[in-house]
Amino acid sequence: MEILVLVKRVPATDSQIKPAADGKSYDPAGLEFVLNPYDEHAVEEALKTKAAKEGTVTVLTVGGKEAQKDLRTCLAMGADKAVLLDPGQEFDGKSLSEALAAKVKELAPEIVFCGKQSVDNDDAQIGPRLAGLLAWSCLTDAASLEIGDGTWTGQRDIEGAKEVVEGKLPAVISCSKGLNEPRYPNLKGIMAAKKKPLEEGSAELGAPALTVIALTPPPARPEPTIVGEGPDAVDALMDKLKNEAKVL
Amino acid sequence: MTNVLVFIEQRGGKIKKASFEAMTLARDLAGSLGGSTEALLIGDSISGLAPEVARYGAAKVYTVEGTAFANYSNYGYATAIGKAIEASQPGLVLFSHSAMGKDLAPRVAAASGSGLVSDATQVTAEGGAIQATKPVFAGKAYKSYTVTGTPPMVTLRPNSVTATEAAGTGEVIALDAPGGDFLSVVKEILAASGDKVPLQEAKVVVSAGRGIKEADNFKLIEDLALAFGPGVAACGASRAIVDAGWRQHSEQVGQTGKVVSPTLYIAVGISGAIQHLAGMSTSKFIVAINKDPEAPIFKIANYGIVGDALEVLPKLTEAVQAACAH
Repeated sequence: MEILVLVKRVPATDSQIKPAADGKSYDPAGLEFVLNPYDEHAVEEALKTKAAKEGTVTVLTVGGKEAQKDLRTCLAMGADKAVLLDPGQEFDGKSLSEALAAKVKELAPEIVFCGKQSVDNDDAQIGPRLAGLLAWSCLTDAASLEIGDGTWTGQRDIEGAKEVVEGKLPAVISCSKGLNEPRYPNLKGIMAAKKKPLEEGSAELGAPALTVIALTPPPARPEPTIVGEGPDAVDALMDKLKNEAKVL
Repeated sequence: MTNVLVFIEQRGGKIKKASFEAMTLARDLAGSLGGSTEALLIGDSISGLAPEVARYGAAKVYTVEGTAFANYSNYGYATAIGKAIEASQPGLVLFSHSAMGKDLAPRVAAASGSGLVSDATQVTAEGGAIQATKPVFAGKAYKSYTVTGTPPMVTLRPNSVTATEAAGTGEVIALDAPGGDFLSVVKEILAASGDKVPLQEAKVVVSAGRGIKEADNFKLIEDLALAFGPGVAACGASRAIVDAGWRQHSEQVGQTGKVVSPTLYIAVGISGAIQHLAGMSTSKFIVAINKDPEAPIFKIANYGIVGDALEVLPKLTEAVQAACAH
C-alpha cells in the first residue's frame, strides 16, 4: 500500500509568539522550530500501516529549505522517502490543499495521513479539504484506526463522546494525539535517514481566498489578585466569586 | 449574495447551543449585508426542529431529510450543504467550530473553492467585506482576515457569542440531496460514562496538574466539579499528568489538547506552562491554586490562593457546595 504523510514545520509549543514588523505575521527570530506535534502521530500511524500492509511511506511538506531537517526526522523514524515542495509565497488552506491535491494525484497513494491541525494557525482544514478535492473519504481527529480490505474503521472524539466511523479507501486520515505513541528515531534510523531520497520541487499553489489583515497579541488579562494563603483563603475567594465575578 | 446561511448542528433531534450562537451572529451580519438569515437542517425526521430555528431569526429553514442522513457523514452532509448553497446563494456560510463543524466546513469549502476562517471569535461584514478574527498558536496571538469565495465561509468558536432569540418567519423549504453510498458514515456513538459535561461546553472547568501529587487525588478534582451541581462543571488535566498516564488525552487542556473558554476556570496545582495557558487563557474568570507564589499561572489568574492544593480543595469543595445548593 502506498502511504503518504503530510507534515509541517512549526514553532515549538513553548514559544512566545510576537507579531513581526509588518503587523501581519509572527516574528520567527529566536524561535525553535519542530515537526508539528500531531504530525508525529501521523508518521507513526503511517509506519504502523506499512508494517501491516507493506508498501512505502512517503513524507511530504510544503516549506523552505530548513524543513529538510524535519523531513530527515521522519525518515529517521522509518519513512522511506521525502518530498519538499517550495511554496515560493504565502499560502492559505485553499491554495495549499489545491497544491497538495495535485501532488497526491501524481504520487497516487491509497491513504494519506496528516496531523489533525498544525499548532501554528490551528486551522484543521488541510485533511478534510484535500479529501474533498480528491473525492476521498476522510476521518478527522482520529483517536483510533483499523484498516481492512478496501475499508477503514476509526474513532474520533466529539463533544463528550466518541464517534465510530466506517469508510472506504482511498482515505485521508487526520491524526490526534490519542491515536498512538510516536517512536523516537534511534541511531540506526538516523544514520539510514541520511541516505534516503529527499526530492525537491515547487508547490503548484492554487489562488488564495484569505488576505491577512493583522496579527495581534491576545487581549490583556485583568490584574491578578492573590486572595490569601492556604485553606483559610477559601472564604475570601468565595466572596470574590459571588460578589465581584458573580459566577456563583 | 447577501444572505447568511447557518448550518444547524443536531444530534438525535437536539440542536447544539453553538448553532443558536451562530444564528445570533448571522442576524447581525445579514443586517450589515442587507440580506436575510437562513438556516439548514440535515437529518432524519428533523423538520419538527424548524420552529426552534425560526425562534433565532431564520427567514428560511432549508431541510434535507431522510433515513440516509440519520447518521452523520461528512461526505453526505457536505453534498447536502452544497444543494442548500445553490438554493440560498448566500454571501456567507456559518458553521460552529465543533467536532462536526470542523470536520464538515473544510470539505464544503473545498467543493466551492471558498475561503474559510476556522475557529473565529469575531466576524464582521462592514461594506460587504467579510472579515474574521481567530486565535492562532492556541491563543498566543490573534489573526484577522478578509475572506473571499462564492460563498466565503467561517466556523465560529463556541461561547464567543451569547445566543439570543429574535423571531423569524421560518419558511420551511425541503431540498433533495443524494442519499446513500456515502464514502464514510458514523456507525455508532460511544457516550462517555455517566452524564459528564463535555469539556468545551462546560460553564466551569476544574483542571489539575502535578500539584495534586498522585493520580488517585484526582477524585478531589471531580468532587469540586460535582459541587457546582449537575451538568455545570467538567474536569480537565495538564499535559504533565496526561503524559504521566494519570489522565486520558481527551481531558488535556492546552495547545496540544483542548482549548476551553468557560465562564470559570479553576487551575489546581498547575504551574502554568505556556502550552497550558494557551488552552485556557480566554476563560472569563480564572482561579489558580498553587503552592509556588511565583508560578506563571498566577499572572493570568483573576484570583489566586497560594497553598497546597490538597489542603485547599476539601474546604473549597464544601464552600462551593453550600453556595450552589440553593
